[in-house]
Amino acid sequence: MALELRSVTKRIGGIQHIKPVNLRLEPGHFNVLLGETGAGKTSLIKLMAGLDRCATGQIMMDGRDVTALSTQKRNISLVHQFFVNYPHMSVFDNIASPLRVAGMARSEVEARVEEAADLLQLKPMLRRRPHELSGGQQQRTALARAIAKESNAVFLDEPLANLDYKLREELRDQLPDLFAGRGAVVVYATSEPEEALLLGGRTGLMHDGRVTQFGPTAEIYRNPRDLISAEVFSDPPINAAQIQKQGSEARLNANVKWTLTGQAADLTDGPYTVAVRPHHVSPVKSTDDAVPMMGTVQVTELNGSESSAHFLLGNDSWVSLAAGVHPYRVGEDHRFFMDASKCFYFGPDGTLAA
Amino acid sequence: MKVENQKAWYFVMPVLLLVAFNALIPMMTVVNYSVQETFGDNLFFWQGLDWFEKLLRSERFHAALGRQFLFTGTILAIEVPLGVIIALAMPRKGFWVPVCLVTMALPMLIPWNVVGAMWNIFTLPDIGLLGYVMNHTLGINYNMTQDPLAAWITIIVMDVWHWTSLVALLSYAGLVSIPDAYYQAAKIDGASAWSVFRFIQLPKMKQVLIIAVLLRFMDSFNIYTEPFVLTGGGPGNSTTLLSIDLEKMALGQFDLGPAAAMSLIYFAITLLASWLFYTLMTRNN
Repeated sequence: MALELRSVTKRIGGIQHIKPVNLRLEPGHFNVLLGETGAGKTSLIKLMAGLDRCATGQIMMDGRDVTALSTQKRNISLVHQFFVNYPHMSVFDNIASPLRVAGMARSEVEARVEEAADLLQLKPMLRRRPHELSGGQQQRTALARAIAKESNAVFLDEPLANLDYKLREELRDQLPDLFAGRGAVVVYATSEPEEALLLGGRTGLMHDGRVTQFGPTAEIYRNPRDLISAEVFSDPPINAAQIQKQGSEARLNANVKWTLTGQAADLTDGPYTVAVRPHHVSPVKSTDDAVPMMGTVQVTELNGSESSAHFLLGNDSWVSLAAGVHPYRVGEDHRFFMDASKCFYFGPDGTLAA
Repeated sequence: MKVENQKAWYFVMPVLLLVAFNALIPMMTVVNYSVQETFGDNLFFWQGLDWFEKLLRSERFHAALGRQFLFTGTILAIEVPLGVIIALAMPRKGFWVPVCLVTMALPMLIPWNVVGAMWNIFTLPDIGLLGYVMNHTLGINYNMTQDPLAAWITIIVMDVWHWTSLVALLSYAGLVSIPDAYYQAAKIDGASAWSVFRFIQLPKMKQVLIIAVLLRFMDSFNIYTEPFVLTGGGPGNSTTLLSIDLEKMALGQFDLGPAAAMSLIYFAITLLASWLFYTLMTRNN
């Protein structure tokens, strides 16, 4: 099964909610949709699931046009961020419900429910009602329903968002195995870049109703196509600042300048936007060509083994994320080092230049 | 060492006083009447449980009680399904929502005695709109002051008109609280409209429906004003419900002892039936 979107759009009250989206989603790996709340992930999923109609464009499943096909006929599953189960039915009946609606034989239904329940460790809870389960178990019930159904496409819309940290990690680790070898296209929407990196075979970055970049997750993390894609796929937010390129020198301000190497050196002179991920800005000089910069520390956070500092450099707010505990003092100037080899350079139109 | 602090009692005092004055003390005076025979000049004679015994054996009481259950059962059987159907048919969003809500709420805002008077005039065969149309336009002989069946139909229709909105509005509140995700899940499964109702809407409406049924049960079981104004319990005794019978006994005949005994039994039946209802409906939770 492959799911293909051809110039799909969606309008709500005259406003274009989804701008033309072209995607080809394949089975065998997770397809992550990464974007902030309101980027259009859920809207796009609803279009693919057939819960909403596209304004224009086509949706193809295995080369067959399903744009006008009802949700039911597309044979898909959807797992929401909050736990949707029939409150009145036991876990068993919940998992079995789509199979029964499809008119499947009793023995087959039981076999499939057993298998799905086994995979999701729900066996002891099959007779219980959803409200007698923990949040994690409720969400596993919803996942088991999606698995037992053996649908063509499974849409997971931030399925872990309402679980606590521990459960989230546990379930996230299990997810890829659950769907491996089932031949379904798995689409996973999330707002956390880290989840995309942990899960994603392929990731589509979404911003303002548009898929700005789609490709193998590691590849698009390393090579953002434009500034927006780089911003979407970075947490904490990527640092971006205006520079002036002249000859082989990049100049951020009077004090911060560095020598460009490689592709960046060949760019035509002019204004560019430099972007560098927070963990490539460190209070420790790690490489010889690291660029020193003085910033006024505004906010600091210590999360376990990492220290982060927000500092003001000119008019720009920068973030540094470094391993170890670093003694920052809020309000004081501190020296940071930027790894110039990890910088992205974007042209005035926002696309990656080098 | 356990330190006992009794101050908390002071905080409960106001509500205890309030309950004492508005419920316990009046009720105790009723208990007091129910075990005595009362004459003028404040003469009281101890009667024991005689009034209770006589009342429970009296055919008049049995008849009134039967009518009461018939009335309450009928209006519940109509108002609950009808209210749910109306709630299901109401729009979930848009311009028509407030229009529907206000229109539905209107009958409930009218004072009870006005409702009775309205329907009384409405059904008069010579000048009432309904009465005139029925008798003169449609040629159906309809006069609820003479025909018991007409009287019954009229008080039931009046109650349905007055109170179905309550069930509808409560059910509607339950319905709109169901997240879209549930409907989407049903759509994805390909569930039928009946399944959506049976497995999503009804379970989610259950809590408010229990409250609606209880409220309608208690209110209709204790109903007095509207049938009193509309039919006065007639023709004959055909629409004499418990409360109307009680009023006749207490204030019409001034039989304070039997009336007090009847009040207590009436109260006990209402309480017991409400408890039964509630227990049955919440049994599965």
